Amino acid sequence: MSRFGSLGDSPASFLLAGIRVIDPAEPEDAVRDVAVLEGRIVHPTGLPDGVRRIEGRDLVAAPGFCDLHTHLRVPGGEAAETIESGTRAAAHGGFTTVCAMPNTEPPLDERARVAAVNGLSAAARVRVVAAATRGRAGERLTDYSELAAEGVVGVSDDGAAIVDPRLVRGALAYLADLGLPLIEHAEEARLAAGTLMRSGRMATRLGLNGWPPSAELTVVERDIALAAETGGWVHFTHITTAGGLDAVRRAKERGLHVTCDVTPHHLALTDAWVGGHRGFAWDDAGEPNLERAYDGATRVNPPLASRDDALALLDGLVDGSIDAIATDHAPHPPERKLVEFAAAAPGMIGLETALSLGLAAVEAGRLGLVRLVEALSAGPAALIGEARGLAIGQVADLVVFDPAARWRVERDALASRSANTPLLGMELPGVVQLTVADGRMTFEA
Amino acid sequence: MTVATTPRTWPLRHLLDVDGLTRAGVETCMALAVEMREWRERGERPEPLRRETVGLAFYEASTSTRVSFELAARASGATVVDLSVAGSSVAKGESLVDTLRTLERTGVTICILRHSASGAAHLAARETGLRVVNAGDGMHAHPTQALLDALTLRDALGPLEGRKIAIVGDIAHSRVARSGLHLLPMLGAEVWLAGPPAFVRGFEGWPRVRVAPLDEALRDADAVMTLRIQVEREASAGVPSLREYTSRWGLTSERMLLARPDAPVLHPGPTNEGVEISAELAASRRSLIGRQVENGVAVRMAVLALVAGAP
Repeated sequence: MSRFGSLGDSPASFLLAGIRVIDPAEPEDAVRDVAVLEGRIVHPTGLPDGVRRIEGRDLVAAPGFCDLHTHLRVPGGEAAETIESGTRAAAHGGFTTVCAMPNTEPPLDERARVAAVNGLSAAARVRVVAAATRGRAGERLTDYSELAAEGVVGVSDDGAAIVDPRLVRGALAYLADLGLPLIEHAEEARLAAGTLMRSGRMATRLGLNGWPPSAELTVVERDIALAAETGGWVHFTHITTAGGLDAVRRAKERGLHVTCDVTPHHLALTDAWVGGHRGFAWDDAGEPNLERAYDGATRVNPPLASRDDALALLDGLVDGSIDAIATDHAPHPPERKLVEFAAAAPGMIGLETALSLGLAAVEAGRLGLVRLVEALSAGPAALIGEARGLAIGQVADLVVFDPAARWRVERDALASRSANTPLLGMELPGVVQLTVADGRMTFEA
Repeated sequence: MTVATTPRTWPLRHLLDVDGLTRAGVETCMALAVEMREWRERGERPEPLRRETVGLAFYEASTSTRVSFELAARASGATVVDLSVAGSSVAKGESLVDTLRTLERTGVTICILRHSASGAAHLAARETGLRVVNAGDGMHAHPTQALLDALTLRDALGPLEGRKIAIVGDIAHSRVARSGLHLLPMLGAEVWLAGPPAFVRGFEGWPRVRVAPLDEALRDADAVMTLRIQVEREASAGVPSLREYTSRWGLTSERMLLARPDAPVLHPGPTNEGVEISAELAASRRSLIGRQVENGVAVRMAVLALVAGAP
């Protein structure tokens, strides 16, 4: 029976004996002992007798994962997720930090609302991405310096891009000296309007209006031009197209402050999943299975990518053009999903399956394990100014997982209050054994 | 009375689209439809559905399809309940699945579903115990229309092997065209598509389907099908205006000179005469529009009998 803890618990002490340590900060990939005393990593000789000993076997110890994009649904969406259930889902997935997105009801667009969520410590650290505009209405900027003082990690109108380019320009210019990113959901609303899945053969077959890749690219290119003009930092969250990725890559080569993340489902799943296919992007394109088609669980914004784009995104993750994996964990209650595809709320949960989908890519030879760990931990943590590492003297913030063990994604296996994922019923690699956040045991299998 | 004398090849509980059918299944259905038609002409009532309750769940306005299904169900002896959407729980925000589950509990066994969302019939089939006949889901599928079109074409042309059939108009948004694009090639026909680029995009590479300029599609065609252009759609950048559409793509007797002599014209209805088809052509000897309506009832009787597993 698995057990959850909280950041309010007392610090943990234990020894991970002979474990494969992957620490991208060093970088290190070696088998050694990891000793934790009173929540801090110490030299193994410094452990007193009688401290709990965990055999490393085939396990991996890595820095705690950091999710840049989590919908905790608080306030207003507690039927789908709460701070407790969402952070437990995080701990179960190996995450020690989650960045709560602001498209709540009401939105996290002012200091007091941010303060009500920020730093809440349940089973993971909760950081906040504040709304970029008041009420997420895209008309007036929120008070960025006040929000920065409250400790937000960035601002975003996620769910949509900011439509008015003057406002984006103003936001980037004003954010430049605060050191915070504008986190953009890059999607031109007028091109995306009425679309239900990625354009392509499957959309044509299923009779669902296709989302054109230009919807992403036009906003990415606009925002890069504005970042170049203002010196501001734009971070594109859940990039999904080869074209958008190429634009980011070129902007980085120019030395602009442009970063991006990708979701596990845009790396591993494809638009064929809407047609009922259940194979990964790197497997054969495969045939649709119409008995499973139009499952609301496969509806997500931006929509699941084409196979070619998913493979391009994997390449971008490998070569570092993509800075981080972010889950876009988007819980919804069943009644928002057990409806016509066009009526289904977009989004899928991701905290508890992110590592597993990454490991599936590793097993397929598409991604190195060290790079996967980096993209889940040190990569995103660096973007929000958090340290990650397993060096002696640091506060223990780590995950221990068995990369080869299998688990079946089922309602009862999930800590999230919601189960909206098309992965239900599938067996995936990667079982988290232990998560330690801020020196406290937050999850133990 | 025995309903059918033809051997049955029909394993399906539902009819969601024709791409779920085998060639043998299609032949079974078409043969049974011909029998049904003959019975109707003789005034006989085989009543294969006398133990069934058929629910008409039309979430989208339709006169011709609804009436056709209702006639088919009644002529087959079924009890028919009409879920009239306005004023029902649907208007009160009940979900599709909940509404259909309630229908099921009240004794409905076969649901005929018309819905504006692609995939609605698949959802109904998956989430309820009803046997579902798709009467049109969004832009996705309209299998009984495709079957009745194929029957109408066979009546006029004989076997469709090697026949060239042109479909003109807004293919992309048409469930009729999409189902036809599965069925007609299955029956051996070559399908040529013509229309504004945004309306024919994405169909390149479908088996036995070609996208071509209008003249090429019509040249020596054995039959031509044109589709309703939806007035509300012109703004979504498919065509600049209806006038522009008519002048470039509208079907007229002059344009039909490119096709084989007496090549028939089909239209799933309702027609916008003077837009996608000239009034003169729609009323001409070439037009099979009236035959399509007559065959509709027979095909739907056949589909209902097969889905019900009758006799």
